[in-house]
Formats: sequence, C-alpha cells, structure tokens
Amino acid sequence: MATNSARADDTALPAVQAPRATPPRTAPKKPLRRFDLESPATLRILSALLLVAVLCFWEFGTRAFGVPKFLVPPLSDVLAALWQGLSAGLLARDGYWYHGFITLAEILLGFGIGSAIGLALGVAISQNRVLEALIQPYVAAFQSIPKIAIVPIVIMWLGYGISSKVTIVCMLTFFPVLVTSVAGFKAVDQDRIDLLRSLSATPWQIFRKAKLPSALPYVFAGLDMAAAFAVVGAIVGEFVGAQAGLGVLILQADAQMDTGGSFAVLVVLSLIGIALTKALAMVRRRVLHWMPAEKSERSLGP
Amino acid sequence: MQAEAEAYIRIEGLSKTFGKPGADAVLALSDVSSTIPKGSFTTVVGPSGCGKSTLLRIISGLLDYSEGVVEMDGQPINGTRRDVGMVFQSSILLPWRTILENVMLPAEVLGLDMAAARTRAMELLKMVRLEGFEKKLPAQLSGGMQQRASIARALLHDPKILLMDEPFGALDALTREQMNLELQRIWIESGKTVILITHSIPEAIFLGDVVLVMTPRPGTLARVIPVDLPRPRTLESMSDPAFAAVASEIRTLFNHVGSLD
Repeated sequence: MATNSARADDTALPAVQAPRATPPRTAPKKPLRRFDLESPATLRILSALLLVAVLCFWEFGTRAFGVPKFLVPPLSDVLAALWQGLSAGLLARDGYWYHGFITLAEILLGFGIGSAIGLALGVAISQNRVLEALIQPYVAAFQSIPKIAIVPIVIMWLGYGISSKVTIVCMLTFFPVLVTSVAGFKAVDQDRIDLLRSLSATPWQIFRKAKLPSALPYVFAGLDMAAAFAVVGAIVGEFVGAQAGLGVLILQADAQMDTGGSFAVLVVLSLIGIALTKALAMVRRRVLHWMPAEKSERSLGP
Repeated sequence: MQAEAEAYIRIEGLSKTFGKPGADAVLALSDVSSTIPKGSFTTVVGPSGCGKSTLLRIISGLLDYSEGVVEMDGQPINGTRRDVGMVFQSSILLPWRTILENVMLPAEVLGLDMAAARTRAMELLKMVRLEGFEKKLPAQLSGGMQQRASIARALLHDPKILLMDEPFGALDALTREQMNLELQRIWIESGKTVILITHSIPEAIFLGDVVLVMTPRPGTLARVIPVDLPRPRTLESMSDPAFAAVASEIRTLFNHVGSLD
C-alpha cells in the first residue's frame, strides 16, 4: 500500500521529520499497524538511535578517513580527556572541578547581581516617569554598545581575577532583565490597578498584589535570556584575560592542539548551561504555577 | 417610594471635562443632578460615549470631577472609600489566586480580620452559587461564574454601596438573563444600594427601581424613569405592558436625540 511504503521510507529520515508523515485524514485506521511512528515512545527511541548513529560515525569516520586529531578528534579522545579532567582532585589546577567552580561562580554571581539590578531599575523606571525620562536615553545608548567590545577594558580595570568576569556577566545579564521588566510592569492591566485602587489600596499594595505578579512572566523571559548570556559572558571574559576557569582551559588545550580537551571542556560547559536552564525552569514553574505550562515556558529568546 | 427613602448619594450640577481647557478639552459630563436613595437599585442606561462609566467612576472616587457636588452619606466624595464595592465589565479576577483568595482580596487590602473574612467569603460564594469552586483558579471557570465570583468579592467587606460598570456586557444573552435574575436575588438578600451601568435597555428596566437615561455629546442625564413593576421580577415581567411602555419611552428618547449608533 502507498501509505505503508511511505512509512518505510520515513524510517531512514531523521526522527524529527517523522511526524510529518501523517497518512491522509480520510484513510481508515489500520489495526494491523506494527509500530506507530507518531507515538512519543517510538520517537524517543528513534531520536536515541540517531544520536548513537552520529556518535558511531564520528568515532569510526574520523579514524577511517584519517582526519587529523587536531581538526576533529575521535569521540574516544574526547571521552578520555573528559574522564581525566573529572577524575582530578577538586582543587587540582589541571582538573575540571576547580576551573568549573570558578566559571560557575562567575556565572551565578554575575547573573544574580546583574538581573537583580536589572529588575530593580526596571521597576523604578516603569513606576516613575521622571526617572524614566532621566535614565532611559543613557540606558538605550549603553545598550547599543556591543558589550563584548568592552570586555578588554573591564579586564584592564579589574584585573585577571574573578571580579572582572563577574562584572562582564553582570553587564550581559542586566539588559535583558531590565528591558523585559520595564515591558512587564508597563503592560500591567489597568483594570487590575483600578480594582485595587477602588479598594483604597496603598501604592505598595497595588505593586505587591497586582503589578509584580502580572509582570513576572515577562521577568522570567528576561531571566531566560540572561542565563544564556551569562555563560557566554563568563567564557568570553576568561578568553580575554583570566587565571582560571573553563575558558582558560579551552585556550590551554587549543595552544597544545589538544582539540579533544577543548571538546571535553565544551561538554562540561553545556552541562552547566543545561543545569542553569533546568533550575530556572523549576523556579518558574513554582512561581508561575497558575500559568498553563506551555505559556509559562515560552521564552523570548535567545 | 423614593421620596420617603433616605437620600444616600446626592449629585448636583456635576460636570467633568477631560484634557486641558481649550480646543482639546472634551466635556464628558454636563450638569448632571440626581438623588439615589438608600437600598435602591438604580440603573443608568445610554449609548457609548454618554458618560455613564465616567459618572460611575466619579461616584467610586477613581476619577475626580470638574464642577458640582457629589455626596455620599452627607460627605463629599474625594477619593476612593472603604465602604464601596465595585464590579467591572470584566471580572478582573487575579489569575494567580484561587477563587477564594480572589474573593478575600478586599480583606487583605483593607486589613480586616482574615478568619472572619474567610467565613464571610464562604457564605458569599454560597450566595453566588459557587460552592465547591473556592480552590479553583479563575481560568477554570466560565465567564458567568467568574463574574459571580467578582460580585462576591465586591460584597466581601460589606460595602454600603455596590457600583457595577456594565458587569454583564461580555456575557452571552442567555447567561446574561440568568445573571440578571441572580443579581436581583443577591440585591434583595443583601439590601445594598446598587448603581448599575448598562447599554441594554431591557437589563436597565428589569433590574432598576429607577432608570437614569443618559444621552451623549455632552453626557447629560436626559430623564429619570421610575419602573413600577413588582419584585421579585421574573423573565415574564419583560412581557408586562408597563415594561414595554418604559422601553419604548427610552427608545423614543434615544431616537429623538439621534444617538443610537
């Protein structure tokens, strides 16, 4: 049958394309169907098989075609480097833990301080017209500067220690949170404010009970972006000037043409990124428990 | 009936101009005068732009006024008051609060005793027939149920007066009729003074002891029409000749000023 052959062809395609292969709506459902391509379980298995296939191709392809190791190291080299880095002591200068903690501290401190300042200034700007008129032009001007371009200057000012990297992460996380906070607090439904005003609520009560909860979905969209920027900021800062951190490890590995080591550090970095995103999603689910999941998890970027 | 009742709200020569004096200024209300007795149900009907919502917002204290006198209980109104309950066109339930938490909002804002407020909230939810929904989120309720919850919220702090700004405008016709019956029952049970704004002539007549008819450009009180239909009114009251007479009087008035747009 036509539909069956179409299905057989689809298995050769990447799993993501499988859902498109729906048979015509009018076709009667076949009770004899061996496997259901559209079922989530099947798709998960296919997706895992795809990964295995790519990894195998990576490992054996690089060996079979004699790709130089400094260009694309085989998978086993990356795993070996990863094992070596992770099995080192917590404070070992050649292990991943020490450098990972430094980078994570830069990310968390910078993200925390930067988004706190962004939120505070966003609230202030959105609630006070005079302040908005005074500050907004300078915020817009500063925002137009590519923050990465300031990194060398910040390193020169604050040195190779952790403070320069925290400052860079601050600058990168500050703007998305500021911009979304201002938007969120300005978008608060006037009806909600009127409702509280009609009850003779104080400005603080109006803020606490109507404005802040209304603006939180926007703030979280900004935090999402900021979290991604924070990782970028810490690594770029470490590239430009640092004594420790995963960025430094990547530079060292590169200098020694140890591309496998670079790849392994990238794996650690992406694990940090995933952990950050997951932690943020957990907080958001708790705080925005009243929003439908797909709405609360929608983000504006990056 | 109104003559012997105590005047609760007194409005005299009320005018409201929006914008700075000059070419841009818009006269929203012009020389409105009326007296609203205690415990009465007053409806205000008029087409869009007749200033009926402006009038209600001035009485609630949300909006200041340009000229005239507005008194509640013998005191001039300047700013919002704790003894006013408001129902808006949309229910404005806060989506992150459960129905019970929404109904209890006035108690939090006004600093009332929370235990007593909780008991009262449960009673009010029973009165508006939302028992068993107190733990639900607003999004889980239909439009009519949400608006009933907002009526319960408006009554929580036992206000002396209930101000309703087109509360059923967003509901479908059948739900709206049901809500009119419910509101009449709630009003009879609670004995509040109610002012309700509407652009529906049948709704105004069905609910009101008195219908204030307003016409636009500028917003003026064109006529005050008492409705002499026995209470409680039923849907059959709408086919009463007296009902039809009032309706036709209002329509003629609107046609006369050419304001049915």
